Amino acid sequence: MGDSPAPATGHARHARRPSRFRSSGSSRGSGRRGRAQEIRPASLWSDAWQDLRGRPLFVGAAFIIIVFLAMSAFPRLFTSVNPFDAATCQLSDARQGVSGLHWFGTDNLGCDVYARVVYGARNSVVIGVTTTVATALFGGLLGLVAGFTGGAVDTLFSRITEIFFAIPSVLGALLILSVFRTGNVWTVVLALAVLAWPMTFRIARAAVITAKSQDYVLAAVGLGASAPRIMFRHILPNAVAPVIVVATINLGTFVAAEAGLSFLGVGLNSPDISWGLMIADARRRFLEAPGPLLFPALFLSLTVLAFIMLGDAVRDALDPKLR
Amino acid sequence: MGRYITRRLIQAIPVLLGATLLIYAVVFALPGDPIEALAGDKRIDPHIVDVLRERYHLNDPFLVQYWHYLTGLFRGDFGVTFAGVPVGEVMAGKFQVTVNLAMTALVIEAVIGIGLGLYAALRHGRAQDTLILASTLVLISIPTLVTGFVLQLLLGVRLKQAGLDLFPVAGVTGDLRGYLLPGFVLAGTSIAYLARLTRASLAETLRADYVRTAIAKGLPRRRVVGRHALRNALIPLVTYLGADLGTLMGGAVITETIFNLPGMGQQLFTSVYLREQPVVVGTVTFLVLVYILANLVVDLLYAVLDPRIRYG
Repeated sequence: MGDSPAPATGHARHARRPSRFRSSGSSRGSGRRGRAQEIRPASLWSDAWQDLRGRPLFVGAAFIIIVFLAMSAFPRLFTSVNPFDAATCQLSDARQGVSGLHWFGTDNLGCDVYARVVYGARNSVVIGVTTTVATALFGGLLGLVAGFTGGAVDTLFSRITEIFFAIPSVLGALLILSVFRTGNVWTVVLALAVLAWPMTFRIARAAVITAKSQDYVLAAVGLGASAPRIMFRHILPNAVAPVIVVATINLGTFVAAEAGLSFLGVGLNSPDISWGLMIADARRRFLEAPGPLLFPALFLSLTVLAFIMLGDAVRDALDPKLR
Repeated sequence: MGRYITRRLIQAIPVLLGATLLIYAVVFALPGDPIEALAGDKRIDPHIVDVLRERYHLNDPFLVQYWHYLTGLFRGDFGVTFAGVPVGEVMAGKFQVTVNLAMTALVIEAVIGIGLGLYAALRHGRAQDTLILASTLVLISIPTLVTGFVLQLLLGVRLKQAGLDLFPVAGVTGDLRGYLLPGFVLAGTSIAYLARLTRASLAETLRADYVRTAIAKGLPRRRVVGRHALRNALIPLVTYLGADLGTLMGGAVITETIFNLPGMGQQLFTSVYLREQPVVVGTVTFLVLVYILANLVVDLLYAVLDPRIRYG
């Protein structure tokens, strides 16, 4: 954004409510519907959506993500075994290979790996989505305010983010999580979000500063619009795209980070099911029985891959310069 | 040049102060008592506890403790552990392991990443290019946790069983060979990012006017790419590599755990459990310093790579 296409699309968009841009052309005169739709200038979002639908990368990523979302919402659709029920684990069945009964074999305690992997999806998805939303809102809003206000506020927040950037993220998360005696989903979200918001802040701030000097913002200022109105109605809709792109790509990294932290023993704990925990548990007997480690690892990689692919596709669609 | 370096170093001070204060506050908030942790299961003489608390300023308020630590830091004193060993000494040995690992990773990353990116850029739009793009996407997506174990199994164990003992699987061996596999695992994601960055950067410079001029002059392709395009395309790559050094050193915990390397990440991990504030804060402070210095060196390298950039 920032070059000639951005102001044009931006203008078309913030002239009406963003949520109605798809049908805004046809809502007034139903008689001239066909023609109105032809002339209606495509907004950045509908344009991006048209573009995305045709991309195999996007379709593939969306398919994998939908499967994982379904898995985390309704794990019982995928398996009839309840891994939280200890009776389903038979120690005498420990470390069995892949079979018709146990699709992914069994782990060290004789529990069904497939059922555990399916139930593990929920924690990964919840942590990934919550952290993403939290960082996008917090970092994005701070970035909006800092970029728009400029001056001392901007300098202060930018200095603060520099401090966070200098702290190595895995070690920082490890430290924060050590403060809590037991880890759960929310402590992991907190640790990840505390360390990840500066990145969203920087991107939002840069986008806001670019949008601030556009003609339509100057016009709004000239017309006497109030600061909040300029910020939320004129700048925000035009600066949100880069934040969304980074958020999507980061979602995958958060999922991977959760697994890493749980693997190190500071993230989730048993009896919670997490792919990272499963990998940590399977580690000791890994060389004789790699299955219990490789299957959660495969699911973990697929989830991360799907979100990174989605982010890639969304970026290509939203950035007109890359077309 | 000298003034620029001074200014950058002064700018680094608030970052360093902020980071140490944050880390110190988090360590301060850790549950449990360090003296109790030191004693373990044994009952400890209350008098000794008092002496120890006094010696390590544990009775002082938070900011006073922090001040004691900070003044020590400026004298180059990272403090002592509760066992009486200077933290600097504890870190030195671990530091060597992490530096070896991070440098191995950085070299692997630079060679493979730039190589792949260069190849992809020269085959722009063809099958090889697409293949490299697709494989970097997959490489970015596989967490260290996964590549670590899979490569350990395939290259470390299965290959050895097949009679080829190329890569030691765990622990520190005398030579650097033991760092090859963990280094590759640690570099994994960065290789992919660097390859993509190289490809994009080189594709851009290959379209530049001076490259067209060089071709028109009749220079051999090797020279056009190597001397004219690649050198100019290097600038973003150097930035990336420099910033990555800090990330690699700080992000090595998981790799160190998988391959059982006694580095700084492992040290930090045990110190957090033992609640040894000086070691924890010292390790992180040190890594923050590495990050700041690496970024400074990168900025100075710009001037070497691109004569148009000058620092007054």
